[in-house]
Amino acid sequence: MSDLGTDFRLDFGETPLLKKGVSKYHIAAIIGIPLAAILFQVYVPRFFERLSYLELPLLVTVYFSLMRRSPVAGVLFGAGIGLAQDSLSHNPLGMFGIVKTLVGYFAAQMSQRFDVQNAGVRLVLGFFFCFFHQFFYWVLGRALLGEALDLDLQTTLLVAVLNALVAVPLFHILDRLKVTD
Amino acid sequence: MEFFLNRYRNLTVLLVAIVAQLLLLAYQVKSNGEVRLIRVWAVSAVTPLARVIEAGRSGTVHFVRDYFVLLNVRQENQRLKSELDRTKMDNQYLRAELSTADRAESLAIFQQQSPSKTIAAHVIGNTTGVGAKVVIVDRGTGSGVQKGMAVITPDGIVGKVTAAYPTASFVLLITDPSFAAGVISQKNHVHGTLKGQGYSTVIVDYVQNEQKVEPGEQFFTSGDDRIFPKGLPVGETTVVREGKSYKEIFVTPSGLQNGLEEVLIVTEGVHVPIPEAQPTSQTVHLQEPPPAESSDASTIDGAPDQVPAQAPAQPPTQSGPLTTDADRLVDQYRKIGQAEKHIYGQSAGGAPNFNINLNPRPADVVPLPPGAQNPASPGAPSSASPPAPSPAPPPPAPAAKNPGAKRP
Repeated sequence: MSDLGTDFRLDFGETPLLKKGVSKYHIAAIIGIPLAAILFQVYVPRFFERLSYLELPLLVTVYFSLMRRSPVAGVLFGAGIGLAQDSLSHNPLGMFGIVKTLVGYFAAQMSQRFDVQNAGVRLVLGFFFCFFHQFFYWVLGRALLGEALDLDLQTTLLVAVLNALVAVPLFHILDRLKVTD
Repeated sequence: MEFFLNRYRNLTVLLVAIVAQLLLLAYQVKSNGEVRLIRVWAVSAVTPLARVIEAGRSGTVHFVRDYFVLLNVRQENQRLKSELDRTKMDNQYLRAELSTADRAESLAIFQQQSPSKTIAAHVIGNTTGVGAKVVIVDRGTGSGVQKGMAVITPDGIVGKVTAAYPTASFVLLITDPSFAAGVISQKNHVHGTLKGQGYSTVIVDYVQNEQKVEPGEQFFTSGDDRIFPKGLPVGETTVVREGKSYKEIFVTPSGLQNGLEEVLIVTEGVHVPIPEAQPTSQTVHLQEPPPAESSDASTIDGAPDQVPAQAPAQPPTQSGPLTTDADRLVDQYRKIGQAEKHIYGQSAGGAPNFNINLNPRPADVVPLPPGAQNPASPGAPSSASPPAPSPAPPPPAPAAKNPGAKRP
């Protein structure tokens, strides 16, 4: 049945959803953009403290996972960016890595069901994954490390909203780095 | 497997990435005890499983081992019980041997130290009389044992020989109801007759209620019965109470307390003085001597019962006035002896004639107590006759009547 559907869509020139929105990026962009996001989070808050609320590595992870539409790619993106972020933080290696791995996986899963080119979808997904990231980090911190972390729900929601608001123009800028066939 | 990985490739990659990072995290993080988290997790994950496995293994091993052990436990138990029984028997035998050796040694020492001539004998049986307290010893006339000889142990008197046969003799124990012997208390020197009752306690009869006998006081043979030499321990007073006509004195015989296996048969008895009672810690107040009764009161140099050759080397002397009836009686006997030129314990011919009247005045005559017989008379019963009261004189008995007893 699925073969008939696939053949039907191919016969009538309809691109499959998985292949339809897959974006490709230059390798330098794939490496440089996450690195820049991490460096931004490391150095910029030293001069602009309010910008410490920006989770640019998270947003980059969500973006690449959404655009690649591949869970494996999302896992790899999330794990790489998370471990890199861990290596520059005081946390043990793996805390951000695990959280961002899950974010990349679920973002890639979401991208297969939603039109991730839509700004509204990007806003909602940005808000959702930002909140998910903060919440899951709190869970891991308490469960694995035994740290008495506080979860201020209002602050978390506000940070999630701010990051979602930043995510929409950021994703639009990153769309310009796509490599066209 | 390949189909599984292809179908769930994304999820597999996710799990691999998560697990890898978890391991990385666990490798870095240390718990409060400075132990890496991965080790804590590994131990926490492995320990319950290992506990279950170990419980199963140990249970199986114990079951198998206990099962095979229980197969032999009955035989081993029986073997141990038999060994224990054998050890108990050995122990009992050795104890008996040790006790016998101790008794034999004590008998030998007593035999050497005692002035009386004795022969050792073993109790080899009891007679068959109902209620009779008679035992059989392995010495008879062939060993010089004769009827009427005293049987003793180092602890005290045991009985007397009632029948002597060539190889064995019958010994009537002091607990037999038909047994009687003359005894004297150690502290107050109260004379009485020892009687058996058929059980372990004996009584001292014919002691006036006015006489003083205390519980715990020791009784010794008095030598009045011509069987037991004077000075042999008899037993300890346990109960003393007033009776209708005589005191009821119960004595625990000391000669039978440690069993009766080896005894000594006195072939030639020698009187010995009654040992002094242990001084008590109570303060003794000496009162002033009573005034002299008569002008003829004088010092007595020796009492008649202390005169015999076997008596102690230091005859007791009394200085001061004659204060008691006994003193006066002793003085009278001494005068009779001087008048008849008789030396007590040394002169042949028995006792002097005590019936002579040295002083024809009636006031000087001291009557004999009613029923009292001349203790030196050959035909006097040795056990059944009531003893003379305390002032009874020490009679020099003829040796021919009782060849086994050497009279003083």
